[in-house]
Amino acid sequence: MSTVAVSLTPVCAVEAVPLEGGVAALVDGSAVAVFRTFDGSLFALSNVDPFSGASVLSRGIVGSRGDAPVVSSPMYKQAFDLRTGACLDDAAVRVASYGVTVVDGVVHVGSARPAGEVA
Amino acid sequence: MATGKRQRIVVVGHGMVGHRFAQAAVERGLTETHDVLVIGEEPRAAYDRVALTSWFGAGSDALSLLPGGEYDDPRVRLVLDSVVTEVDRAARTVTVVSPPSAAEDLLANPGAVTVHEYDVLVLATGAAPFVPPVEGRGKDGCFVYRTIEDLEAIQAASATATSGVVIGGGLLGLEAANALVQLGLQTHVVEMAPRLMPVQLDDAAGVTLVRHVERLGVTVHTGVVTEEIVGGSSVSGLRMRQAGTEEGAPTGVVDAQVVVFSAGIRPRDALARECDLPVAPRGGVLVDEQCRTADPHVFAIGECAAPGGTMYGLVAPGYAMAEVVVDALLDGPGTFTGADMSTKLKLLGVDVASFGDAFATTDGALELTYADAVTGVYKKLVVSEDGTRLLGGILVGDASAYGILRPMVSSGLALPANPEQLILPVGSGAGVQIGMPDEAQVCSCNDVTKADILHAVSEQGCETVADVKQCTRAGSTCGSCVATVKNIIEDHFASVGKVVDKGLCEHFRLTRQELFDVVAVHGYRRFDDIVAAHGTGRGCDVCKPAIASILASQTSTHILEPATAELQDTNDKYLGNIQRNGTYSVVPRIPGGEITPDKLIVIGEVARDYGLYTKITGGQRIDLFGARMEQLPAIWRRLVDAGFESGHAYGKSLRTVKSCVGSTWCRFGVQDSVGLAIALELRYRGLRSPHKLKGGVSGCARECAEARGKDFGVIATEKGWNLYVGGNGGATPAHARLLAGDLDTATLVSYLDRFLMYYVRTADRLQRTSTWIEQLEGGLDRVREVVVDDSLGLGAELEAEMARHVGGYEDEWRATLEDPTKLERFVTFVNAPDTPDPSIAFTTERDQIQPIAPALIPVGAPA
Repeated sequence: MSTVAVSLTPVCAVEAVPLEGGVAALVDGSAVAVFRTFDGSLFALSNVDPFSGASVLSRGIVGSRGDAPVVSSPMYKQAFDLRTGACLDDAAVRVASYGVTVVDGVVHVGSARPAGEVA
Repeated sequence: MATGKRQRIVVVGHGMVGHRFAQAAVERGLTETHDVLVIGEEPRAAYDRVALTSWFGAGSDALSLLPGGEYDDPRVRLVLDSVVTEVDRAARTVTVVSPPSAAEDLLANPGAVTVHEYDVLVLATGAAPFVPPVEGRGKDGCFVYRTIEDLEAIQAASATATSGVVIGGGLLGLEAANALVQLGLQTHVVEMAPRLMPVQLDDAAGVTLVRHVERLGVTVHTGVVTEEIVGGSSVSGLRMRQAGTEEGAPTGVVDAQVVVFSAGIRPRDALARECDLPVAPRGGVLVDEQCRTADPHVFAIGECAAPGGTMYGLVAPGYAMAEVVVDALLDGPGTFTGADMSTKLKLLGVDVASFGDAFATTDGALELTYADAVTGVYKKLVVSEDGTRLLGGILVGDASAYGILRPMVSSGLALPANPEQLILPVGSGAGVQIGMPDEAQVCSCNDVTKADILHAVSEQGCETVADVKQCTRAGSTCGSCVATVKNIIEDHFASVGKVVDKGLCEHFRLTRQELFDVVAVHGYRRFDDIVAAHGTGRGCDVCKPAIASILASQTSTHILEPATAELQDTNDKYLGNIQRNGTYSVVPRIPGGEITPDKLIVIGEVARDYGLYTKITGGQRIDLFGARMEQLPAIWRRLVDAGFESGHAYGKSLRTVKSCVGSTWCRFGVQDSVGLAIALELRYRGLRSPHKLKGGVSGCARECAEARGKDFGVIATEKGWNLYVGGNGGATPAHARLLAGDLDTATLVSYLDRFLMYYVRTADRLQRTSTWIEQLEGGLDRVREVVVDDSLGLGAELEAEMARHVGGYEDEWRATLEDPTKLERFVTFVNAPDTPDPSIAFTTERDQIQPIAPALIPVGAPA
């Protein structure tokens, strides 16, 4: 539905994102956390933990809650759904999520998606 | 009431009952309107007199009911070592004599005299041992058995004695005999009645008990009276003759250098007599059902009181009276109308219980008995004439049925058709399940019913015996009902179909302890294998760090190895403590708090060069704050090169072992506390544990290192070291309790190795040593059995595990600096390694940096 011109920023090699871990990257001046789950899927969320304001989400523990792949903030441990950025511990909170693609083994991060659109 | 003048309550006596009164006053809100002054005569705060004999092994601290010596509620004031000498009921005052505060005052002033006004006076003066008027009872070597000071005196006298006699074969007498046996004396017990424990036991039970007691080397003389204590100024023996014979009849003499009188107790009602309050004919202050004396402003509780003319020499009725008085002062309806005098205890290692109408005095009562002379078991049930109700009973040698039987008496529950099954050994097809009615009293010490326990479980969120203990006090005094409490809890959860979920999280149904064992048994090294075999999903911030900790405890491999790096909490993942703005703190280890000037300068230089905020920690080291994640390797390179290593401030692991300066410098020190603290900190550094761990070592009893506020605390004595465990500060402070005393250094280290490894193996996630000990069945005694007595035979294994940890230790920061793959993660932006995080900024306050709160980014909007 969004046909706005999408800029893709190359970030790093796929292998540079640890399995069930994350890294942070600068995308258009914003800090973005890129995660790789157990099955190899890639996700990108804003790196900023909305509860503390610190730029740290990439340093959280990646796991699952029910069927949702999640990262828990290293600051106060709230879980965020990697697919949507929705906070699973506070329905009013969501962090921005970004599109991710792999081109020639390199992770590219797109622009932030509108709320509600799922990876 | 709330706006009126505060009322003053003076409590005379700080024994178990006086203490319970103060506790109840705090808990039930009486201190909102009343100030409480408690005056205790002994030099120490209330202690568990019921367990007095355990003093020889455990020491005074373990017995204390108020280890800190003061109440948390400042409206309750405790004055010790002071005697109330007079009560003026007209003026409503008490006169108190306290000892002079310094020895030099003694000549000028024999004691400070103060007068205190009261609105309410509570007499809780207890009872005194009765010493029969026997010739020679004043000789050196004659003792009573009531206070810790009595025990100290008996212990001192026993050092040069070979044999001792206890006069009195009742409950207390046998406790005293146990003490003499423990002190290594050839021990005799002299009882006038034809059997031991004549008040509780019948003849057959008494005979069974004698057999048990004599097997322990105690010589029992029943049916004899003491004629004279013989000797010069000191005791040399005891002359006795058959009870019922005339004076001049043949006598026998038992050699003894120690004589302990334990021939009953008498209420200490002198204060009441002197101020003309009525007392019972056989002693004890006469009180009504609210424990009020003839003077409405004066109450009496515990052994000094005689409700309805009867004195009760057990702690449970005393506790009940304390609660009744608090209730009365809150205008409540509570009354004391008599007490269950049932008894269950372990005497010299033998279970003995007596309850209800043990002597079948009820009209038409029938007796059912079971006796096994080989194993020394005797059981008797007293049932009603029609065989439908249990009236009482006696158990010797095996009192396991007590928890079921005694509530049956008090509740009047109908007996099963074959009541003999209740006392037959389990293997004989017995084992009938008895449903206990809700009103049955389970804990007689604290008057807790089954309904109270069920309420705690169903309404107050209690799930374990430890929870219920804290909530209801059930099982917190003599402990005899703990097994019953546990069954009630388990039955309840089974009946509502709830499996008490002790699983770590949604991914694991196992407890941390179970996971620890699973990992050890299967030799797992990877989370993937563990979750595949024993869990579901992909883990979370609860189970992943817990498994990382278990793997670290068992393998000593670096926590940032590829298999475990992503399991670590962010603090462990970056070997630093994350701070509110996403920066980290740097804490190099300073073992025991000892540091050279050169190293101190290095810390200062590093902090200055990287612009870090510095602060001294409570653990005697220096915290450097404000390091950006990508700066951590360079900062640590400087520190490691200067000889520092990781302080593990970021880990659930040993933090510090705090020390005072010790005998090296301090003129009071008796041992080298700094040396030991350094050795212990270096021994246990890096040990991953369920919760952070702290230690302390003090060089003398002044305890300047605050070691008893630590998970393990060591305090120097003239003879070696006392080892305390289970202390902590924080939101719920706990004082460490004595595990073992006067240890040489090697023994101390082996006990500590065992203690710490036992904790690492069996505690729940994030469970500190204090709560771990509390929830262990048997508590500190259990820890002592495993660690000191090696009852599980685990000692060598635990020590070997610790030896493996000590041998496998490496400095995590040095190893990280030497491994380029581990350093890769210390980059803030993977695509812009030279750009610092723009959300981190500082301001300056008191000449140091302080973080500026990152502006909160609007929710749901792209940054």
